Amino acid sequence: MYKKSALSIFAVLVALCSLVVNSQERVRLGTPISESDLEGFDLVAEPDGTGFPSGGGTARQGKAVYDINCAVCHGANGEGTSGNTIIVGGDMQSEGPPLRTVGSYWPYASTVFDFIRRAMPATAPKSLTNEQAYQVTAYVLFMNGIVGEDTELNANTLPNIEMPNADGFIDRSHILSN
Amino acid sequence: MTKDKLEKVAGNGLISRRHLLGMGAAGIGVAASNSVLGADAGINFEIPSWSRTPGPGASAYGGRSRYTEHLQRTHGAPNPTYPGGGSSRSPLQHLQGTITPNSLHFERHHAGVPDIDPARHNLVINGLVRQPLVFSYEDLLKYQMVSRIHFLECAGNSGALLRGGNENGTAQSLHGLVSCAEWTGIPLSTLLDEAGVLPEARWIAAVGADAASMGRSVPIEKALDDVMVALYQNGEPVMPGQGYPMRLFCPGWEGNISVKWLTQIKLTREATHFRDETSKYTDTQPNRSSYKFTFPMGTKSLITSPSGQMSLDRPGIYQVTGIAWSGSGSIRGVEVSADGGRTWADAAIQGHQLNKALARFTIPWEWNGGNAVLQSRATDSQGNVQPTRDAIIAERGTISFYHNHCIQSWGVGNNGEVTNIYV
Ligand code: HEC
Repeated sequence: MYKKSALSIFAVLVALCSLVVNSQERVRLGTPISESDLEGFDLVAEPDGTGFPSGGGTARQGKAVYDINCAVCHGANGEGTSGNTIIVGGDMQSEGPPLRTVGSYWPYASTVFDFIRRAMPATAPKSLTNEQAYQVTAYVLFMNGIVGEDTELNANTLPNIEMPNADGFIDRSHILSN
Repeated sequence: MTKDKLEKVAGNGLISRRHLLGMGAAGIGVAASNSVLGADAGINFEIPSWSRTPGPGASAYGGRSRYTEHLQRTHGAPNPTYPGGGSSRSPLQHLQGTITPNSLHFERHHAGVPDIDPARHNLVINGLVRQPLVFSYEDLLKYQMVSRIHFLECAGNSGALLRGGNENGTAQSLHGLVSCAEWTGIPLSTLLDEAGVLPEARWIAAVGADAASMGRSVPIEKALDDVMVALYQNGEPVMPGQGYPMRLFCPGWEGNISVKWLTQIKLTREATHFRDETSKYTDTQPNRSSYKFTFPMGTKSLITSPSGQMSLDRPGIYQVTGIAWSGSGSIRGVEVSADGGRTWADAAIQGHQLNKALARFTIPWEWNGGNAVLQSRATDSQGNVQPTRDAIIAERGTISFYHNHCIQSWGVGNNGEVTNIYV
């Protein structure tokens, strides 16, 4: 009798343990959300145009945004002040180490918008409206001679901009391990 | 053991690692100085004051001895045009073993350290998934976790060596952007499974909650392999400078991709090409094409003692020690040379040889008082051998400074001064 109940307690314990283990394997605590909840939170803007917000702007509009919010660190014409702040000029084929900037180096225009919207101005990131971010992106590209002063940048046009060094990169992402 | 019985295994005084193992720590040091008796050498055997007065009691959070306060990270002065930006370097030459204390783990920030309230922090998974999800910090603490010891190294570590100069460089100033910790967290695959990755998702975009909203893309193969959402660092919640309350951790890969203050994982078709994987952390080759997405950190080692700015006080036996690591496996072995790479001897590995973690090597060396060039060369479990600086420069030039894993040379002058040199 005693033995039997000990055995059945053991059996219950084993069952309980496996329940615990199983339920641990099946912990699913993520709360379902929808993409529309993430408007304003999800700032990922991809080279193919995925993730770009509505709105748009031109370099002509962007000059004022730049002069007020950016020039103090990046210089009146993007020539930079200190640190990594040169955002205009350079030539990948120059003699000596090339100056690598948005204009000379970056493969995609999407990155300019993505970065400015998430990280600039460095003292107050994410303080620009989407409209202003488009405008000032256009202005940075205009200073680099990549778009015209009145080229409208938006979710459709921006991904189609051909950057000078677009073909300058070799993708090594297949190398996960040496 | 007398020094003439020590078996020399390579040029300019390297002694078999077997002696090191046999002698124990007490046998290492300056063997030539044991002729003066303790009292004559001025050693005081009075009971010291701290043995006569009780010290302070237990405390809420430990501090260190005031005699070790010189162990400091080094960092640049604040730059008003780069608020919060910059790095701090681990004092490698003062550390032992393989685990970096949390307060001395190197840092690299792009917009400073955010002061995150975990109760208001979210981790979102969205994009190409069956069901977008959000996790709170409290939710994540309830998941089954794994613990793994891994190094973390900034892609820019040791970059200065490629350009030359830095004669006064130290292990810390030249190589201090590497550290190693036990990271505990949730395999990212667990959370991705819960959201249901769609077949067309080939990459994740990981984004931090710092002011720069730092983003990086990780191929899905890696994301589903050994990547984790790390919540603990050496047993305590991840330090603010390391991403509190949570960071991505991609073992073996360039540090920047282990996004700190992780707040979003977005499944995407292609790589997002964030600024920090195009403008930065890419490597322009001599022909002006540039490598992007160079992920695994190279097979590497470094002698931390003797190292730059140290000085040897007199000829005798020294314990040469250092660290070795590989982003592609464990450290199989480390060789040490005292003659600038002409001859090599196998060092002993002092502790673990873990996957993608620091290993500690050591070998006894008799300095004869003349010039010496100390080098170490690591080999990993995949057979990758650490290259010389000349080989790296011949292959990729010096336009880019990221991903440098060349052999470090420390010159020992006949005055005992140790400096960074190039051979
Ligand atoms: C307080 C100074 C400051 C202000 C203001 C500022 N930036 Fe920046 N910007 C920086 C710094 C510093 C970096 C480099 C950041 C880094 O390396 O992580 C940078 C980087 C950039 C880059 C990338 C450069 C490269 O080659 O990688 C772009 C583009 C840029 N800023 C655009 C802007 C725009 C547009 C504005 C105005 C809306 C702006 N910045 C305002 C300091 C500033």
